[in-house]
Amino acid sequence: MRRILAILLENEAGSLSRIVGLFSQRAFNIESLTVAPTEDQSLSRITIVTRGDDKVLEQIVKQVNKLIDVIKITDLTERSHVERELILIKVLAMNDKSRTEVKRITDIFRGSIIDIGKQVYTIQLTGDAQKINAFVNTLANETEIIEVVRSGCVGIARGEKALRV
Amino acid sequence: MTTKIFTGAQMVVKALAALEVKYIFGYPGGTVLDIYDALFQQTDVEHILVRHEQAATHMADGFARSTGEVGVVLATSGPGATNCITGIATAYMDSIPMVVLSGQVPSTLIGDDAFQETDIIGCSRPIVKHSFNCRVVEEIPNIIAKAFYIASTGRPGPVVIELPKDLLMPTSTGEFHIEIDVKMRSYNPNIKGHHKQIKKAVSAISDAKKLVVYAGGGVIIANASALLTELVEKLDAPITNTLMGLGGISGTHKNFIGMLGMHGSLEANRSMANADVILALGARFDDRVTNNVKKFCPDATIIHVDIDPTSISKTINAHIPVVGLVDVVLQQLLDELTATNFEPNKEERADWWQQINKWREVNSISYVQEGDQIKPQRVIEAMYKITKGEAYVCSDVGQHQMFAAQYYPFAKPRQWINSGGLGTMGFGLPAAMGVKLAFPESHVICITGDGSIQMNIQELSTCLQYNLSVVIISLNNRSLGMVRQWQDMVYGGRHSSSYMESLPDFVKLAESYGHVGMQINHLDELEDKLTEAFNIKNRLVFVDVLVDEKEHVYPMQIRLGAIDEMWIKKGVKS
Ligand SMILES: Cc1ncc(C[n+]2csc(CCOP(=O)(O)OP(=O)(O)O)c2C)c(N)n1
Ligand SMILES: [Mg+2]
Repeated sequence: MRRILAILLENEAGSLSRIVGLFSQRAFNIESLTVAPTEDQSLSRITIVTRGDDKVLEQIVKQVNKLIDVIKITDLTERSHVERELILIKVLAMNDKSRTEVKRITDIFRGSIIDIGKQVYTIQLTGDAQKINAFVNTLANETEIIEVVRSGCVGIARGEKALRV
Repeated sequence: MTTKIFTGAQMVVKALAALEVKYIFGYPGGTVLDIYDALFQQTDVEHILVRHEQAATHMADGFARSTGEVGVVLATSGPGATNCITGIATAYMDSIPMVVLSGQVPSTLIGDDAFQETDIIGCSRPIVKHSFNCRVVEEIPNIIAKAFYIASTGRPGPVVIELPKDLLMPTSTGEFHIEIDVKMRSYNPNIKGHHKQIKKAVSAISDAKKLVVYAGGGVIIANASALLTELVEKLDAPITNTLMGLGGISGTHKNFIGMLGMHGSLEANRSMANADVILALGARFDDRVTNNVKKFCPDATIIHVDIDPTSISKTINAHIPVVGLVDVVLQQLLDELTATNFEPNKEERADWWQQINKWREVNSISYVQEGDQIKPQRVIEAMYKITKGEAYVCSDVGQHQMFAAQYYPFAKPRQWINSGGLGTMGFGLPAAMGVKLAFPESHVICITGDGSIQMNIQELSTCLQYNLSVVIISLNNRSLGMVRQWQDMVYGGRHSSSYMESLPDFVKLAESYGHVGMQINHLDELEDKLTEAFNIKNRLVFVDVLVDEKEHVYPMQIRLGAIDEMWIKKGVKS
């Protein structure tokens, strides 16, 4: 099962490598990982998308929690939550027909064209993984994809619930 | 709190003194010479010069295991630091409090592949509880204080600190501040068992007809032996110890049914297999205990008490998990049992004990003295008799280790010192040295084999320098016995690389290092000569005992079987 884990930890040298090391050492899977400091510069927040059954997930959560510089970890997928990912995608837009079609698809998905080259469009889109995958597939049917970069998933719980110190 | 200007190197030593460190085990080199210079100019902390950094880690480890204090190691960058890896891993697997101070090349050179640069933080990351880089000189004392706090609290473990040379040198100075009382927002190790879980545990214990207490190294670490003994007596339950837990209850206590696991007693493993409730205390259901997890104790309700939540339900699912310090939880359990007026059901207990005593009658921990070759088990029995069961026994790894665990009933915790989790050959001698340093008046034995002793034999030189009069008893079977046993049992008797056909003369070797060497090769002289060895005061005695090389360790779990499926002796199944 796909899980989104949110981790709050000390923003210190080596703390990210401990998380990454733990996942590889214990053969846990990482689908995506994003990290950045929070509004409090002494803290980092990591979002990891992983897969595993309940037993594996229980171990992942416990093992991460055991790391000395981890303050909190939560499985966002346990409750209602919002997830977002940013994608930047460069596609071939050679002629009028493909330009119109790329523009139309981008509009439908509420993306935006942020750069135009002689023969390429660069598009930005945010959404959950499902929406982004659908967008990429739709574009791929229409034109040639030249480059894709995805930010990896970030997530937050809905409502009052918050992950903070 | 005092304030004055010091160099980084002085701060290291001052911090250790502030933390009441008596000994530090190490070996000098380029990046730590400033620390050595600072050590030279004070008397609070004594440095013990080993002959190999691996031995420094094991010595610190033996010191820590026997005293409960943090063991401290000092090594130079590069090869000095990498030589510590095996010792760090050994301490990690057995949850031993240790702080390793490693030199590092100057900050400006880090990342340049400078002379003797290794990323020791990276190398050690999977085998430490935590690690620190120092980047500012004023941070050094508090980083050391934090390292001690982390190493010694919760589930203890090794902590590595990397000290770049430029922070240590006379050009790098600062004010000295140290907060001994450490508080960290991300680490809170003092955990009490959840009261609901305690109630559930006591209710399961009260309903149990076939209760077994399964206690591990956590009991030793938590100094919880007295409480454990009280609980066992109150419950009138059988108790088994893991290899790491031996001494947690006296080996001669009437409720003690022996060690469990691969070379455990039949009655211990059988009791586990037939239990309806298992109370696991500071033990981690290691694969050397469980045998095939799919066949593990199918009928048992498992109560698992451990300070480390990751140990719970990792290999075996716990029905009643209790996260907490073992000593604290034991007290909670005792209080709850008292509050509920617990009394064991006399008839049910009698039935259960009757059953267990049947299994005991098999006498699975036994050997037959045929011929006149010395049996290794006999040596341990003699050792037990001569030392009245009061010696510290520090073991290497192999058959001799299992014989010692089986035939020397330990009366007290911290008396049995061995590398259980990692199984590190070469651990025994330096660990015994660390123990001897802590307890110079006690008998400290290093029980070893002809293979293991050669993995840190150079430390005989350190023993002479510091007059560490350990008694080394080597069960010399002219082979890597444990490997040979597996080859006999699993690999059709093909002894691939398990002989030691070029053994040194251990008596002369001991003598050349300035010690007393002794060989025993007749059964009828065993006790007298061993007694003589223990009577020699203030000298290290190396006793080379030629034992029957064909002897196997029995009983032994049958691979992939249930916990109690065992070879009782050659060709005889349980
Ligand atoms: C550093 C290390 N290398 C290899 C092993 C694998 N091993 C386990 S026991 C053993 C043989 C030990 O021989 P010896 O010390 O003579 O003890 P014996 O079994 O003969 O009593 C070996 C090679 C190990 N445990 N540790
Ligand atoms: Mg041997």
